[in-house]
Amino acid sequence: MKLHNISLNNLRRRKAKMAFLTVGLMVGIATIVTLVTLTESMSSDIGRKMDEFGANILITPRSNDLSMSYGGISLGGVTFDQREIHEADLAKISTIANNRNISAVAPKVLGGVKVGGKDAMLVGVQFDKELKMKQWWKIFGAEPKNADEVLLGSEAANLLNVTDGDSLEISGQQFKVAGVLDHTGSQDDSLIFARLDKAQELLGKKGKITLVEVAALCAGCPISDMVNQIAEKIPDAKVSAIQQVVEGRIKALDHFKRFSYAMAGVVVFIGSLIVFVTMMGSVNERTTEIGVFRAIGFRRMHVMRIILLEAGLVSLLAGLLGYAAGLGGAKLALPFMAESKDAALVLSGPIAGGSIALAVVVGLLASLYPALHASRMDPTEALRAL
Amino acid sequence: MSLIQISNLKKQYTSGGETVEALRGVDFRIDEGEFVTIMGQSGSGKSTLLSVLGGINHPSDGTVEMAGVKLYTLPGEALADFRARHLGFVFQSFHLIPYLTALENVMLPLAISKKKKGEKLDAARGALARVGLGAKTDRLPNQLSGGEQERVAIARAIVNNPHILLADEPTGNLDSATSDEVMALFRELNNGGQTIIMVTHNPANCDYTDRTIILRDGRVVGDEKKCLTQKAGFVI
Repeated sequence: MKLHNISLNNLRRRKAKMAFLTVGLMVGIATIVTLVTLTESMSSDIGRKMDEFGANILITPRSNDLSMSYGGISLGGVTFDQREIHEADLAKISTIANNRNISAVAPKVLGGVKVGGKDAMLVGVQFDKELKMKQWWKIFGAEPKNADEVLLGSEAANLLNVTDGDSLEISGQQFKVAGVLDHTGSQDDSLIFARLDKAQELLGKKGKITLVEVAALCAGCPISDMVNQIAEKIPDAKVSAIQQVVEGRIKALDHFKRFSYAMAGVVVFIGSLIVFVTMMGSVNERTTEIGVFRAIGFRRMHVMRIILLEAGLVSLLAGLLGYAAGLGGAKLALPFMAESKDAALVLSGPIAGGSIALAVVVGLLASLYPALHASRMDPTEALRAL
Repeated sequence: MSLIQISNLKKQYTSGGETVEALRGVDFRIDEGEFVTIMGQSGSGKSTLLSVLGGINHPSDGTVEMAGVKLYTLPGEALADFRARHLGFVFQSFHLIPYLTALENVMLPLAISKKKKGEKLDAARGALARVGLGAKTDRLPNQLSGGEQERVAIARAIVNNPHILLADEPTGNLDSATSDEVMALFRELNNGGQTIIMVTHNPANCDYTDRTIILRDGRVVGDEKKCLTQKAGFVI
């Protein structure tokens, strides 16, 4: 027989009351877990989307010219035959402090070319990086592997009346159309994509880059810091973040986060009140019992330990059940809340540990006064018969 | 030297705005091995006296000395430790813990001792055997008769081998046959050397004891080594 046997036996005996206490706290914890897991899952979903969307940092040459757009993205002062970034500068990007956040660096060289008597824009890219960044590209045919292969946007292919497998003459050189892009709705539709080195050769821009798209693994990565870091490394370039769309979503998510935490705070407060009232009632019900404990020589600390151990065990159970119920709630709610239908539930160790720890801390704090009250009971009053 | 020495014990408390003098200067000594009955009418102060003797009710004045220790001069929780080591309580309504078995109830005072589990079990089983309940160790209180519950309460009080056993109306809730059994058990314990102080209303109980102290209005009005209630004309 030890003090914990008393606590355990009491919990077993007062099943209904303890179940009420457990459910009261569990609902609070489940609400928090649901809201926090939902927020985390939605953040993760947005982060994943940002990666999928492609670039979120754009590096262009410094220019005072009027801007033109590329795929809905501002390209700064890009005009033909204007100054470019040196290819050698690209290596500097990977030396920034946040280089671990960089998912892909996709350099491009742009220039006008004559194709069968028509003007067209040639874009030199590194296909492996470009395709990693533009996962929405759907290619009819194949991805260009060799220097004499090109990829055409859908409108360019229509205009030039070629399809995959055909030949094409660009600035006097023969190229094979390896593939044609499905319609994207962007300026990519009217472009001709060639290997970076080949395009540089055709455009007479050896070792030069017109713009660089950088994809940073986001969901909270410090884009503005990275922009500054890259700008420091390449002073001649203009570095800007493409965050407008995502920022809007993140702001909305931030509002939801704040609302979630406020809700969670209210629910936990109510949960702690339930614990407080139930434990206080339990202590008052057990006045005689506590009087017996004190009369037979239990110290105040012994009485407190019995009460707090009961509260701790119930809270631990509430935390475990609350976490499980909260995850279930988040799983049910996520399809309705997230933008992607395939948004994945984030199973986070800190959320699991934090919610269980929170349950125990709230349970113990809410039971502290009842435990103190019990330990301070006058045994004579408690045992009125004596 | 006496085991218990009480000097000029006074206890006042306030009830409904009025000051009540429950004890008005009580003095007596009790030797080791004595079986003393404290008797008196309701309101005479006998229960207050027992609680003061039990170290759970601070007196307003006077001293309680047990085994050379002045109880109410003990610092902090030392008084609780003294109760745990030296005193055993038997309460009128048994006050068994309803969710603990007979064995667990008896082991309750040992929950805070540093004895090993086996020693605690042996002590509790031994105490239950002494009160004749060795075969009902696993019963919950509500599965025991009133007399059996009283026996469990007695076993709980003696499991620590206390110097002094304090009993408050131990037969108050029992029929006369069961009362006799319980009193015989107390007598048996006392024959084994246990010092017992018992508060009772029941004049029949004092037949089993060595000495009777009569209280009236918070004062000792009788203290003799026999059952005073048997004296013709003595009214408690």
